[in-house]
Amino acid sequence: MEYVSPEGLRLDGRRPMEMRQLRAELGAVSRADGSAVFEMGNTKVIAAVYGPREVQNRSQQINDKALIRCEYTMANFSTGDRMRKPKGDRRSTEISLVIRQTMEACIMTHLMPRSQIDIFVQVLQADGGTRSACINAATLALADAGIPMCDLVTSCSAGYLNSTPLLDLNYVEDSARGPDVTVGILPKLDKVTLLQMDAKLPMDIFENVMQLATEGCKAVANYIREVLLENTKQLENRRGV
Amino acid sequence: MEQRLANSLIMTVNEKKFIENALVSDIRVDGRRPFDYRNLTIRFGSEDGSSEVQLGKTQVLAFVTGQLVQPYRDRPNEGTFAIYTEFSPMADPSFEPGRPGDSAIELGRIVDRGLRESRAVDTESLCVIAGKLVWSIRIDLHIIDNGGNLVDAANIAALAALSTFRRPECTIGGEDGQELTVHPPDVREPLPLIMHHFPVAVTFGFIGKENIVVIDPTHYEEEVMGGSLTATLNTNGDVCAIQKAGGDGVLQSVIMQCLRIASVKAGDITSKIKSAVESYNTQRALRKIKRHNPSSAVSNAAKHNEESTQVNTETKSIQQSSDTNTSASTHDVTNIGSPEQQSKTLKDAVKPKHKKRKKSTSNANAS
Repeated sequence: MEYVSPEGLRLDGRRPMEMRQLRAELGAVSRADGSAVFEMGNTKVIAAVYGPREVQNRSQQINDKALIRCEYTMANFSTGDRMRKPKGDRRSTEISLVIRQTMEACIMTHLMPRSQIDIFVQVLQADGGTRSACINAATLALADAGIPMCDLVTSCSAGYLNSTPLLDLNYVEDSARGPDVTVGILPKLDKVTLLQMDAKLPMDIFENVMQLATEGCKAVANYIREVLLENTKQLENRRGV
Repeated sequence: MEQRLANSLIMTVNEKKFIENALVSDIRVDGRRPFDYRNLTIRFGSEDGSSEVQLGKTQVLAFVTGQLVQPYRDRPNEGTFAIYTEFSPMADPSFEPGRPGDSAIELGRIVDRGLRESRAVDTESLCVIAGKLVWSIRIDLHIIDNGGNLVDAANIAALAALSTFRRPECTIGGEDGQELTVHPPDVREPLPLIMHHFPVAVTFGFIGKENIVVIDPTHYEEEVMGGSLTATLNTNGDVCAIQKAGGDGVLQSVIMQCLRIASVKAGDITSKIKSAVESYNTQRALRKIKRHNPSSAVSNAAKHNEESTQVNTETKSIQQSSDTNTSASTHDVTNIGSPEQQSKTLKDAVKPKHKKRKKSTSNANAS
């Protein structure tokens, strides 16, 4: 199948190095301490953060830092064919673990000992790159909850189809069984915290694809920073400062 | 890194500091240099498709089994392939009996991704009848002792077990080309799997504030490290899978350096696996010669007489394996294989009632 036309356009009309449209909204869940909706094209994810609060299960309490918990779920209606998946299948357990560890890397857990922070992310519409969208939504929700972080974490995926590196794969490109690189970076520190890859790719091409995904992450970081700034300004206005 | 459980390994601050400080001067607690791999030994069990890998103090068992099943609807001509992990509670105090934990699932996923997405095993050759019957390969990974770096050990064990696994040969015949015969191993030599390449996982740990990189961390180092990266590569220098699930951030240049080191290590490990498999195969061949030698004359003479009974065992094994299959095809199978008079007596002796019922139901279904 042809994923990049001779004119250099992808199936959804994007250029190879073009991202889908981003949209973010803070404060989507009223009861949560922090929440956000994040959209990358047709992928839509909602995240809610509770905490820092008292540890629910005493045996899990850590005495020198906060306990982070994360739960990733996909809504039944999020995919093309509607099906009831058992809760806690292997894939979502793994993604929960990945998101938790990625967020742990940027949250300053040592400031909140003996407490816990819960992150819930749910996929409302899945169109490829759910993992990245979830991490971006979780970052926004954490920032909204006012949890101290050493940097934002942003994530983006990239692939390699028809010997062209492609940024931000959608579902059709993702299910082509080609290489799929998901990168998560700390943009200010310029360090990679999350890196996942599938399928086979020579090492030098891999470096290019990873570079492309990193650029995507930086673009997402700029957008997220703008959204947060805008939100802060609004809050300021409401207080009448 | 991992969710701390009440009875996991608790290290004192001093012990942790000691590991970090020693690493600053390029020394590790077990006397290795930062980029030395631990001693790797691969042993094989008496049966095909089982292996035992020892990596330092880590011990992992792998068993590969095959079964005939119906393929997935979206991939009708590809065999299936699944990995199951078993973290025995005796391997580590933090492993609890019951449902697999997060680390067990992550390990399974890493090994699975490395093998499946890079198409290391040729799944199309596992197809018997497109859309109806394919071989399903199941890999069971048992962690016997956790000495750190379970992912690499499990991955090597899976590769070793896969390359010694043999599946019985199948042939399709009959008028409509839908009748299946499974030949038991003593009639026809079972076939090995087709392995395109060996994706070998190599794990790095990042320790301390300066993110000092160590290869193949022990469980003490795993307790101290802030993040880890598992790169799965083959000998051609292709990257097959990478997993760095959060943890401390590292620079991109460090990741590329890790990949280059990993590709060298992957070459070493691949040659180790291949030589181990080769010596196993020669031993296997020798064993076969020994077994056949004393009674070769007799067996040759008796071969013709035995053939009919062998055919019968064939049909029986099919009945067991194709329980999931439609009853119509089992009915077909019994008709082809065996000569009419002999099979009748034997078959009736095995389970006549069940057989009859099945026949009638299948006929009813057909009509």
